[in-house]
Amino acid sequence: MDIGTPPSNREELIMFGYAGKTLRVDISDGKVSTEPLSDRLIRDYIGGRGFAARILYDELKPGISPLGPDNKIVVASGPLAGLFLPAGGKLTFASKSPATNSYGDSNVGGHLAAEIKYAGYDVIIIEGVSSKPVYLYINNDKVEIRNAHKYWGKGTITSEDIIKNDLGREFEIAVIGPAGENKVKFACISHDFGRQAGRTGIGAVMGSKNLKAIAVKGSKSLKPADPDKLLSIGKKAFADCIKHPAWKIWLEQGTAGVTVWSNEQGSFPTRNFQSGYFEDYKKISGEVMVKETIVNNKACFGCPMACGKYARTNKNGKDYYVEGPEYETSAMIGGDCAIGNIRDLTYANYICDELGIDTISGGSVAAFAMECYEKGILTKQDTGGVELKFGDIKAFEHIMNLICRREGLGNILAEGVKTASEKIGKGSEKFAMQVKGLEISGYESRKAPAMLLSYMTCDIGAHHNRAWAIIHDIQAGRDVIAGKSKKVIELQHIRPLFDMLGCCRLQWVELELSLDYYPQLMNAAIGKNYTMDELLKASERVWNLTRLFLIREYEKTFGRHFDYPPTRVYENGVISGPTAGSKIKKEDIERLLDEYYQRRGWDKNGRPTPEKLKELGL
Amino acid sequence: MYLDADARKCTGCRVCLTICSLYHFKEVNPKKAALSIDAKFPKPGKYEPLICNQCGICASVCPVEAISENNGVYIIDPDKCNGCGECVKECPTQVMFLHEDSPVPIKCDLCKECIPVCAPGVLFVKE
Repeated sequence: MDIGTPPSNREELIMFGYAGKTLRVDISDGKVSTEPLSDRLIRDYIGGRGFAARILYDELKPGISPLGPDNKIVVASGPLAGLFLPAGGKLTFASKSPATNSYGDSNVGGHLAAEIKYAGYDVIIIEGVSSKPVYLYINNDKVEIRNAHKYWGKGTITSEDIIKNDLGREFEIAVIGPAGENKVKFACISHDFGRQAGRTGIGAVMGSKNLKAIAVKGSKSLKPADPDKLLSIGKKAFADCIKHPAWKIWLEQGTAGVTVWSNEQGSFPTRNFQSGYFEDYKKISGEVMVKETIVNNKACFGCPMACGKYARTNKNGKDYYVEGPEYETSAMIGGDCAIGNIRDLTYANYICDELGIDTISGGSVAAFAMECYEKGILTKQDTGGVELKFGDIKAFEHIMNLICRREGLGNILAEGVKTASEKIGKGSEKFAMQVKGLEISGYESRKAPAMLLSYMTCDIGAHHNRAWAIIHDIQAGRDVIAGKSKKVIELQHIRPLFDMLGCCRLQWVELELSLDYYPQLMNAAIGKNYTMDELLKASERVWNLTRLFLIREYEKTFGRHFDYPPTRVYENGVISGPTAGSKIKKEDIERLLDEYYQRRGWDKNGRPTPEKLKELGL
Repeated sequence: MYLDADARKCTGCRVCLTICSLYHFKEVNPKKAALSIDAKFPKPGKYEPLICNQCGICASVCPVEAISENNGVYIIDPDKCNGCGECVKECPTQVMFLHEDSPVPIKCDLCKECIPVCAPGVLFVKE
């Protein structure tokens, strides 16, 4: 499946909206080349995760090791990134994931997507493996592989600061920490002192390549096809965001504002998803952060909401600065590890950020280990003498350090809860809270079948961002099964579209910014006539392509069991709070999947039918 | 009359830079904007918007008298400017910029386009 032959004179044409080029870097030998974006890639895959999925499907041989030399990292923005519109700052990092052994991607905000486009690139493909620690230096057309010996071993916050001091503060940096260097399978990539491409372990892929960081500076212009139209539509979109009644609370508390609501709904993962309600949630809420820890509101590129909450906490007489905690961190470390104190939680956030650990998977892994300890499956002998109790910040810090160094028990936990539970055994597999090898993020969903189905069918493993369907459960009835797949599929096409366009979805989700804006902005930017339906079709194409990737990797064993949730969901009821007693029947899980596959045009085993693939041009 | 900022409110989103370049140059490029934001991270975690206060030093140092005042706003005459960069060098707030695409320095003309799109309300006109 080739992606089309680019016209030979493309370099001379002005590419509207896009930067127009792919940068390919082989870090084994430092070979650097550029390629023009092909028309077909743009037409069928739009950008961002669409580009990444197509490129990885075409260029990676099935069965390669995610942490071996044959894996590649695709960094891709989209047509709206770096332009004048609300929150055009999203960048996709994609690779074969060490967590799932299938297609993995994770997006990051901040200012990197824009800067890469100003440097002249929509896509960066990183291949090979370096024999020594290096970083990728990009200053417009000047691209070099540089020695990173000085930064290796240092935390993400520390090393970003040093790299900026060395190169100039105007450089935008993506960097891994010691967790990525040691190939922890939930290592993240950090940027802008608090933004992360957190999920699917791409930080470990960078580490496996000995690639510490990517540093980018660009001074080129992006040329919209119709600048006046982009200006007027963009201004209107900003005005709509600012006048929305929810805007003020988002500016004030960011995603942490969701903590109270989530507990009231009984959907706040607590003590490794034993409960959906954390009794200390009021001590870690957004309101408490405003009073106690937030020093500034911090926005991604062009964002009117500024959900980043830059905070300070004090531990043992020392000040620590960190962005967060965001809702997901509050849920997965606050609730799931029962850290019910905002200062400790902020410090836990700092530990993960500095080590370069995804707070979602990291929180879930720590919570899993704490439950193992609670049940006597793990003992002090395993933990190095530490009482690995829920709610203990010292225990949390200890286990994160063990994981990061891959020391003792840490070496097992660094594989993620799926593999760790298989090694630990003794029934722990039943409460390893993951799907496809990726830990479930911050919503307890035994009384939210649409949300559960979202987690079960998410293409990168159990992540909420593809379909945040819990609102639909609340609106349509929390015990209702029939019809839930319709909304899940609709969301699975709309939400990832933002990751293709290169902008954030929260303005639509939270400030009800009309979806009509996006084709308008896109057309003003690139000079085409896309409709929303065409954009959604492209998103469905990508969804099916990532499914094909999964099937190709697991050809012999693939089946609907890949979409099953962990046993806890149907064996144990929620132990407390508004959803106490809830569990979901195994047959309801099968019903959810049957309906979902049918609606998607997939067969009973979850494989896209030939007709569906033909319809999508795959 | 000049553009002023309440720095405490700045979230560092840089929308002011994008609209400035789009409005004046019909393209988006923060390096072709007449203001900038200094991000002070990881400590103390603050942003400092750097904006033109129309002090007029640029006009006083211009060797070819290309910069003149009109209702308190200093404007560069592109026909007179020879692009020597003396004003950029002498600007006390460092908010005049040279860019390879632009024959004359980039300077705030108080168009006020950036004000309504600055969501946290950092930017305002001071009489």
